[in-house]
Amino acid sequence: MSSADVAVKSRGMRPTNLADPNYFHKVVDCQWACPAHTPVPEYIRLVAQGRYAQAYMLNWESNVFPGILGRTCDRPCEPACRRGRLEEKPVAICRLKRVAADYRGDISGLLPRIPRKKNGKRIALLGAGPASLTVARDLMPLGYKCVLFEKDARGGGLMRTNIPSFRLPEHVLNEEVETILRMGVEARFGHEVTSLKEVLDEEFDAVFVGTGAPRGKDLNIPGREEASASIHIGIDWLTSIAFEHTKKVGRRVVVIGGGNTAMDCCRSALRLGGKDVRVTVRSPRADMKASDWEIEDAEREGIPVFDNHQPSEFIVENGKLKGVRFARMEAKYDEQGRRTLIPTGEEVVFECDEVLMAIGQDNAFTWIERDIGVEFGEWGMPEVDKTTMMSTRAGVFFGGDAGWGPENIIWAVTHGHQAAISIDLHCSGKSLERARPGPGTSLVSQKMGLHEWSYGNQYSEGARVAVPHANKRKSLRSLKVEVELGYDEKLAVEEAERCLNCDVQTVFVHNLCIECDACVDICPVDCINFTINGEEAELRRSLRVPAVNLSQDLYISEDLKTGRIMAKDEDLCLHCGLCAERCPTGAWDMQKFTYVERQANPLGQVHCMAYIK
Amino acid sequence: MTFMKKPKVRHPGLRKNELGLTRRDYEGSLSTLCAGCGHDSISAAIIEACFELDLPAHRLAKLSGIGCSSKTPTYFLNQSHGFNSVHGRMPSIATGANLANRDLIYLGVSGDGDTASIGLGQFCHAMRRRVNMIYIVENNGTYGLTKGQFSATSDRASKSKKGEANLFEAIDLCTLAIHLGAGFVARGFSGDKAGLVPLIKAAFHYKGFAFLDIVSPCVTFNDHAASTKSYDYVRAHNEAMDRLDLVPEREEIIAEPEEGKTVTVRMHDGSLMRLHKLDDSYDPRDSEAALTTLRKRYAKGQVVTGLLYIDDEDADLHTLLNTTAEPLNAVPMSDLCPGNAELAKINKSLR
Repeated sequence: MSSADVAVKSRGMRPTNLADPNYFHKVVDCQWACPAHTPVPEYIRLVAQGRYAQAYMLNWESNVFPGILGRTCDRPCEPACRRGRLEEKPVAICRLKRVAADYRGDISGLLPRIPRKKNGKRIALLGAGPASLTVARDLMPLGYKCVLFEKDARGGGLMRTNIPSFRLPEHVLNEEVETILRMGVEARFGHEVTSLKEVLDEEFDAVFVGTGAPRGKDLNIPGREEASASIHIGIDWLTSIAFEHTKKVGRRVVVIGGGNTAMDCCRSALRLGGKDVRVTVRSPRADMKASDWEIEDAEREGIPVFDNHQPSEFIVENGKLKGVRFARMEAKYDEQGRRTLIPTGEEVVFECDEVLMAIGQDNAFTWIERDIGVEFGEWGMPEVDKTTMMSTRAGVFFGGDAGWGPENIIWAVTHGHQAAISIDLHCSGKSLERARPGPGTSLVSQKMGLHEWSYGNQYSEGARVAVPHANKRKSLRSLKVEVELGYDEKLAVEEAERCLNCDVQTVFVHNLCIECDACVDICPVDCINFTINGEEAELRRSLRVPAVNLSQDLYISEDLKTGRIMAKDEDLCLHCGLCAERCPTGAWDMQKFTYVERQANPLGQVHCMAYIK
Repeated sequence: MTFMKKPKVRHPGLRKNELGLTRRDYEGSLSTLCAGCGHDSISAAIIEACFELDLPAHRLAKLSGIGCSSKTPTYFLNQSHGFNSVHGRMPSIATGANLANRDLIYLGVSGDGDTASIGLGQFCHAMRRRVNMIYIVENNGTYGLTKGQFSATSDRASKSKKGEANLFEAIDLCTLAIHLGAGFVARGFSGDKAGLVPLIKAAFHYKGFAFLDIVSPCVTFNDHAASTKSYDYVRAHNEAMDRLDLVPEREEIIAEPEEGKTVTVRMHDGSLMRLHKLDDSYDPRDSEAALTTLRKRYAKGQVVTGLLYIDDEDADLHTLLNTTAEPLNAVPMSDLCPGNAELAKINKSLR
């Protein structure tokens, strides 16, 4: 073949490499978007079948805190849900996770056994938040001895101190934290670490820093000093509520900030006696950091959100806070979409008795000596390897907010898993990069008969099922009344039916295809094409419906008999299997793709596979 | 066949036509034919053509006889009129309906059994009369519904699935159509939608008898190695005579095509049909040449596809009979039935 022939031949896209575990993983949008890569469609099917214990354990293996996350997760999976791209609302993945937790029953027999004989390695875990607890959960079954240092009297970290119990009941938190502590973790509660050097001197085999981002940002504007008795840092105020030091609040409360902490602050204030509680944000509402559903929950309770309000002064009279003065702002966007907030010149004063400030958090590493080999970079953050979680000092690892700045629980869990893998490798003298285990995958046909599949391929036209709420008057009276009641089993099944089973993949075998077009004609969302190969951009344009969503891949076959290729746009595939049902030769098959992240404990993967079966 | 219904949900980016409809709005009920049946592809091609022509479905009547092919009108154009007639009698129903209401578009769908065997006479007369309709034969060369016997269009010496050879000569429906006065004769292949959709669209524009012989493999009984109507055989022996472009009346013509390579035909409704010839010696306006080509190519085992013959001058049945310009349901009762006095007058004039 001459070089010219090669050039002609190589024109166009290469056939999709199904051996690449990421190809089908990306098609499972929810799992791909989840930092911990929880096998979402799997547990939704288990919930639909009423196999709650298995659904719970599948989650527990992957994200450690299903009951907590089922109520509080930032749910990156839901905006990613394919259902949302079909001009619909995504599947309520997070709340189905809660169903698994609510109905799981006794799972103690399914938990990993902790070896009585230890492997002789001691690990220090600093901070008892989700990151450290995950490391402990992953390492305890391997025989490690874990020592947990925590300044507060109980474990859970931010999950305990910053999430109000009307969103996360204490017993749910306690159960999942206790599950880990009961593995035999040596917990030193009420022990604040003031020097990393001191910890290192105890000669641990590895140290994991999971101390979070514990310092709430302050606002230095006129009046701050004088009115300090009535002005609180949001996360500190929430902590003092959690430990029942704060039990009431003034009648009129102004919350400054537009993130999820602000939402927790305003709703807590309402329950502690606040009558006129308002949220103020400097940016436009659309740019608010809080999750939409948390804003909705606050508004449902009657809390107004004032956007474009930038605080300029705390008004103090006779040493007492009178109110906050705001400059009204306007957002201007330049050609690149960059925002600048410009004062309109207008000013407003909100009279109030107390102010809660929830404008962000910072890390605080004053307790880490700068001469012990742990290097710090920009913004005073430690230099940490993105994959291994190891700092510049071998054997010292970071994760969660302490490693990467304020994120959320599910990211902390993910960092914990990765750190645990690294710690295990480090302690056995292996390379953190080269010896790192890859994910476990499998691809198995779901065909059971002529028109029978081992999954429900019927498309549900139902709208997203709303989660029932407790009576508003009752729930506003107490911090302890959980607002969301969760789905009952019937509603859970209804919602679970909406899942498209995106992990059941359309697999195409080119040499069986007779190019009869049956799949093209039956596909409800026009994603299958038989066409001349071309460069990706050109091919995307020329499909039956142009493939404009570049984040979704095209599935390209080898050349067919007519010289054409099969090109499938993965974007909106319903995974209904009609292509496979219509195919006369079995060139299409529906095969379940299983992807399980490897953890420090190889048994975790084995367990996951067992729950799936 | 499939038990699960095709979900109503559709791609939000699906193109809309002039009527604001998508391709999905032209679909019918769920097909009960075998998976991979060529007929389903033809249904899809009809859907595509009607969508692209911005056709209001309620202006169209689907007519059929008996057989796998004759079931298919249920599987497209849910919003159209339909008549599933007696075996082989669809041409009579179409002729009658057409005479009564000339405003509807008539689409007949038949198969090789329904047309070339039991309905051959009916088929011939509808062509002779130049009924203004589209007549599609979904030709799979086998009696699929009765488990795979040879049909009248099975090629001589081709074999059944069990290995028996066919002893009899095939009826070539295109040759017959040219002989008997069909003004638009084309052959397509269900496995080549890119070629088929323009042919169906052009047939919709034609005024008169438009005949489409569409080779449509029967995946269950006639898609084996010794068949001449299988996907593989037709793909290997397909000789496309031309490539069609349809320029609707409302569109301006930009470039004049190259002389000799292209035949331009102005249809009765003002739209232009451009035939890009793939074989220079072929002129689809010459019926003699068309017949010769069909015969010669057939002898070589080739399957000739494309628009094979077109007569853009001959008149249709209504013009020949000089019927009233209005459909009968729009003619006032007093004109339709002028009364006894008028009848007496007519009778008297005949005495």
